[in-house]
Amino acid sequence: MEYFFEILLGGLTRGSIYALIALGYTMVYGIIGLINFAHGEVYMIGAFTALIAASVLTLMGWNQVAIIVIASVVAVIYSSCYGFTIEKLAYKPLRRAPRLSALISAIGMSLFLQNYVLLAQTSNFLPFPNLIPEFEFLKPYQHMISSSEIVIIGTTAVVMVLLGIMIKCTKIGKAMRATAQDRDMAMLVGIDVNRVISVTFVVGSATAALGGVLVASHVGQINFYMGFIVGIKAFVAAVLGGIGSIPGAVLGGLVLGWTESFFTGYVSSDYEDVFAFLFLVFILIFRPAGILGRSETEKV
Amino acid sequence: MTNLKEIQRSLLVSLWFMFLTFPIMVIRVNPLEKVVIWRWYNMLYVGIGSFLLSFVWRYFIRQKELGKKKNETDGQKSFSLSRRAVDDPRAYIPLLSAVACFTIAFPFIFSMYQTNIMITVLIYVMLGLGLNIVVGLAGLLDLGYVAFYAVGAYTYALLNFHYGLGFWTVLPIGAALGALFGILLGFPVLRLRGDYLAIVTLGFGEIIRLILENWNEFSQGPSGIANISKPGFFGIHLSLQNSTIYIYFIMVGLTLFTILVVNRLQNSRIGRAWIALREDEVACQAMGIDKRKTKLTAFALGATWAGMAGVVFAAKTTFINPASFTILESIVILCIVVLGGMGSITGVIAGALVLILLPEYLRAFSEYRLLIFGTMLVIMMVFRPGGIIENVRRTYEFELKEGKELKNED
Repeated sequence: MEYFFEILLGGLTRGSIYALIALGYTMVYGIIGLINFAHGEVYMIGAFTALIAASVLTLMGWNQVAIIVIASVVAVIYSSCYGFTIEKLAYKPLRRAPRLSALISAIGMSLFLQNYVLLAQTSNFLPFPNLIPEFEFLKPYQHMISSSEIVIIGTTAVVMVLLGIMIKCTKIGKAMRATAQDRDMAMLVGIDVNRVISVTFVVGSATAALGGVLVASHVGQINFYMGFIVGIKAFVAAVLGGIGSIPGAVLGGLVLGWTESFFTGYVSSDYEDVFAFLFLVFILIFRPAGILGRSETEKV
Repeated sequence: MTNLKEIQRSLLVSLWFMFLTFPIMVIRVNPLEKVVIWRWYNMLYVGIGSFLLSFVWRYFIRQKELGKKKNETDGQKSFSLSRRAVDDPRAYIPLLSAVACFTIAFPFIFSMYQTNIMITVLIYVMLGLGLNIVVGLAGLLDLGYVAFYAVGAYTYALLNFHYGLGFWTVLPIGAALGALFGILLGFPVLRLRGDYLAIVTLGFGEIIRLILENWNEFSQGPSGIANISKPGFFGIHLSLQNSTIYIYFIMVGLTLFTILVVNRLQNSRIGRAWIALREDEVACQAMGIDKRKTKLTAFALGATWAGMAGVVFAAKTTFINPASFTILESIVILCIVVLGGMGSITGVIAGALVLILLPEYLRAFSEYRLLIFGTMLVIMMVFRPGGIIENVRRTYEFELKEGKELKNED
C-alpha cells in the first residue's frame, strides 16, 4: 500500500509539472489557435536565467531566501519578455497566414532559441542548486515526498486557480475570451486584440518560467535541450484535457503523469511513453475533443 | 523627421534586445568552480546588430505590405517569374532538359560525397511528396510521418537480415507495409480533426520508434542493424563508388515515378476529393464524398512513399537504428512541405533542396548551423508564408468581354 501511495505522489508531482507547462500552451492555443512550439524553450530560458541570477547572487553573498525570491522573479520577468518578443517577431506577422506557416515559424523559433542558449552558454548539463529548503514538518514523510515536490504541486494548484479567476472575472480575461471566440468581432467591439494576445503570451511565459525554476531545482540539473521533450509532453497533456481549457490542461497533466508513473511502477519503464501515447489515442477515440473539451458542432 | 523617428525606434529595439539577451549572452557561470565571467563585448554586438537589423526588418515588412496591397488592386494578374516558368512551354522545356542533363551528369561530375548528399535530397523529395498528399492535399496535419519511413527501413533491414531478400523484392513489400501502417493509423483518427489529429500522429510516430528501440529480440534495439546489403545489379558485384552511383539512379527513377504518380493523383477523382476535404469537411460530405474512404486513402497513399523511401535509405546507409527516426525527422519533412509550398510538387522539390543542402553546406559554420536553420525558417515564413513556390488554387474566372460573351478561363 505504501508503494501505491509513493507512486501516486510521484505521479502527482510529474503531472503537476506537465500541467504547469500545459497551462501556457492551452492559453496561447485558445487565443490564436497556434501550437506554440517555442513554449518549451521559454521554460528552458526561465531555468537558465534563474541559475545565472542565483549564481551571481550567491557569489555576492546574499542569503538563501533573498536568492530564491530574486532568482524566481528574474526568471519570470525575463521569460515573459522573451514570450512577448517571440510573439512580436515570429507570430504577429503571420496572423493572416495559413496556420501551418505559423507552426513552422514556431518550430524555427524553438530551434533558434535552443541553439542560442547552446552557443551563448554551454551544451553540458549544469548543476542547479536546490533552491527550496527542506521543510521541518515533512521530516517523517521524507521517503514519500520531498519539499520541492510539495512546492511544485502547490504552485500548480495556485497558478491554476489564479488563472481561472483572471479569465473568469477580470476585464482582460473577458477580452481574452472574446478574442478566443471571434477575433474580428472582438476588434469591432473595441478590444485591442494585439494587446490581449501580448498579455496572453506574457502570462503563459511567466507560468512556464515558474515551472522551469521549480523543475530545475527539483531535478538538480539543466541543459539547453530540457524544454523540448517536456514541451511535447505538456502539449500532449493540454490536448488530452481538451486544448483551450484551463482546468482541462491541469487534468490532462495529472492524468498523463499518473498514467506514466503507474505504468513505470507496476509494469516496465521501457514502454512508459508507448503506454502514455496509447492511452492518449484511446481517450481521444472516445472523446475526440479531449476529456473536458466540448466537441463543437460545425455550422455551415 | 521620419528618419529621426526611425532611428529612435531602432534605438529602442536595440536597447530592448540588449536587455533581453543580457543574462544569457553576457553572464556565464561556472557552478563547479564558482566563477562568473562577464562578457560585456557581447552586449555591444547585440546592440549594434539589432540596431541595424531592425531597419532591414522594418523595410522588408513594409515591402511585404506594399506587395499585398498591390496584389489586391491588380487581382490575380501579377504572375511571378517562377509561375511563368511553370506555365509557359517555351520556358519550361529548355529548363526541364537542362535539369535532366544536370541530374544525369551529376554523379560523374561531382565526388561521391556530393552524390551521397544528393541521394539524401532525393529521399527527402520522395518523403516530402508523400507527406504532401496527407498534409498539402488532404489537409491532415501528420506529425508522425517518420514512422512509415521507419517501417520501410526496418522491413528491408529485417527481411534482408533474416531471409536474405534483395532490394528489389523488398521495395514493393516496404511500400505495401507502409500503406498498411497508414491505414492502421488512419482508422483510430478518422473522427479527429486539426491538432488532435496532429498529436495522435505524433504519438504514433513515437510509439513505433520506442518499440523499435526497446524490443531487442525483434529489432536489436538501439544498437540497430548493420551490414544491410546494397541493391544488386543483375548479380554483378559493384564497387562502393559504382553502387553509390547505382543507388543515385535508382533514386532518380523512383523520384520521377513519385512525381508522375502524385501529379496524376492530384487531378484525379480522389485528388479532387482530398482537396475538397481540406477545404471544408462538411461541404465535402454534402457533395457525396465518402469521408472515411478519402481519409484512409490519403493516409495509405502518403505512407506508401515513405515506406519505399525507407527501403532505399536502409540500402544506402547499410546501417539503421531507431535514432534515425525521431520526431525531429518528422518535423524536417513537414518543414520541407510547408516551406516549399503546400500542395505544390515543384515547391516540395525546392523545399527539400533548400532544407537538406543548406545544413549540409553550412557545415563550415557547424556550430551556427542549426541557429541559422531556425532563423531561416522563421524569416521564410514571415516573408513568404505560402512557401517558396506557392501553389495557385485552381479558380475559374469569368471575364466580361466586349460583346458581353462570357469567357471561361482556367
